[in-house]
Amino acid sequence: MTQVDVRTPVPARKASPDKRRSRRSATLVVGCVLAGLIALLALVSLIWLPYATDDTSGGRLAGPGGGHLLGTDKLGRDLFTQVMTGSRIAVEAGLGSVLIAAGLGITLGVLAAFAQGWLDDTVSAFLDILIAFPTLLLAMLIVAARSATLGSAVLAIGLAQSAVVARLVRILVKRVLAQDYITAARTSGTSWSRTVVAHVLPNIWPTLVVNLALQFGLAVLAEAGLSYLGLGAPPPNASWGRMLQEAQATFTTAPVGALAPGILLVLLVIGVNLIADGLRDTLDPATRKRRA
Amino acid sequence: MTLLDVRGLTVRTTDGRTLVDDLSFSLARGERLGLIGESGSGKSLTTLAVLGLLPDGMTATGGIELAGTQIVGAPEKRLTAVRGRDAAVVFQEPLTALDPLMRVGRQIAEPLRRRTGLKGAELARAVAFALEQVRLPDPERIARAFPHEISGGQRQRVALAMALACDPKLLIADEPTTALDVSVQAEMLELIDTLVREREMAVLFVSHDLAVVAKVTDRALVLKDGRAVEKGEVRSLVGAPREDYTKALVASARRLESALDLRSTR
Repeated sequence: MTQVDVRTPVPARKASPDKRRSRRSATLVVGCVLAGLIALLALVSLIWLPYATDDTSGGRLAGPGGGHLLGTDKLGRDLFTQVMTGSRIAVEAGLGSVLIAAGLGITLGVLAAFAQGWLDDTVSAFLDILIAFPTLLLAMLIVAARSATLGSAVLAIGLAQSAVVARLVRILVKRVLAQDYITAARTSGTSWSRTVVAHVLPNIWPTLVVNLALQFGLAVLAEAGLSYLGLGAPPPNASWGRMLQEAQATFTTAPVGALAPGILLVLLVIGVNLIADGLRDTLDPATRKRRA
Repeated sequence: MTLLDVRGLTVRTTDGRTLVDDLSFSLARGERLGLIGESGSGKSLTTLAVLGLLPDGMTATGGIELAGTQIVGAPEKRLTAVRGRDAAVVFQEPLTALDPLMRVGRQIAEPLRRRTGLKGAELARAVAFALEQVRLPDPERIARAFPHEISGGQRQRVALAMALACDPKLLIADEPTTALDVSVQAEMLELIDTLVREREMAVLFVSHDLAVVAKVTDRALVLKDGRAVEKGEVRSLVGAPREDYTKALVASARRLESALDLRSTR
């Protein structure tokens, strides 16, 4: 029988700043490991795949083992091969969308922050409308106008996200511009363009990069959603979204086909979110420098 | 020779409020002028207007001529050239006036590089020299520090070094000692006084504190609600204030002083 200890309760130990920081960096490490694993799969898929993407020699819906690490799908294609190409497509979709979103969003956001009066109102209203517009609907329009390729999907996701990034950047820049050090820089003769590059962007960067990491995760999910609907990369390039869709009918008999891409998708998104969380603290020089 | 000539300066907001009303004063090379007034009297706006840096939604009318350049209505490019070279500012709050994410040395290097074209090791030496000028110990260490890593007094010295970096003809000091504690205040005033004398710089010294202004400047202008109430020698303003507002300012300064005297004699 366990004895209940009735002596003075041990006070809950408060996390010291050092403890908190190490926990933060642990978040970063776990995030990097998860996302890095997927990135590694993606990189390896560029130079080596267990089977060709259109190799249907494996026998239908074979279970794991017997030359196929994760088994095969209903057409006899190797699932591990598909998961690997899927990783590549997911990483490409995330990076591509975030690049578009960052390039367009930061430019628009900075310009919008400097805009005055009616121009400011117009830009803000435009961004709000773009944000209110469902990403999937926008993507369908773009895919319909172009063709169902990974490029169209990435373009659509990137455009939709650039509105979100632009709105965030506009607010962040406006807040920084109101700071005394901007006026101080201006009084010493720093031009507007130089002020933006030297003072504004570095000061919005910590918040921005965390948001971009989150956008990466959202972009991966959005691409999976689009290819689930058949609007992503065309076959034989397996994307996780399409794998999920194809495995849906046979889920009860061959669950690996849906579980494998599903789990990897979750791991990548969680990994990227953990990175974002870890970056939040690491990028703040006030906490970073206190260690020294 | 006139360095700064302000003629009928009026600052209005877009919704029609007048914040600075028909203000005129002039400043010769090497001369010092105090702007005295309470919060909201328009003294800081006046200094910003001198550099063409009024906040959004405010417009200046009238004439401001700084070292031969007409400021009101000048294109941004010409204003950028004037700022730092002809006039530089030290602000009230040294923590917020320094970029929190930039090392102190780089913040001083920015204007230095722009004006002198120095690079690399020479620029680093110039930065260290600028920090030495404001009597900062261990300039190399300070140059590598972020603003939050040095004390308030040190920050204000850095801000002063930044302002002096380009050797401006006019130093605008906007309440430079208000955020500092009293012992540091005196050092700071002393330092500004010395450095400005060595460089034969003109000073526009903004403060709500008559005693502080009296330490640094010769003449002063008393502002109330954006209007010049009284101007003249600081000595005569303190000795024989004519306007009620100035009298009130002097009286409050006296009261504070006598309270301090009482305590020290006890």
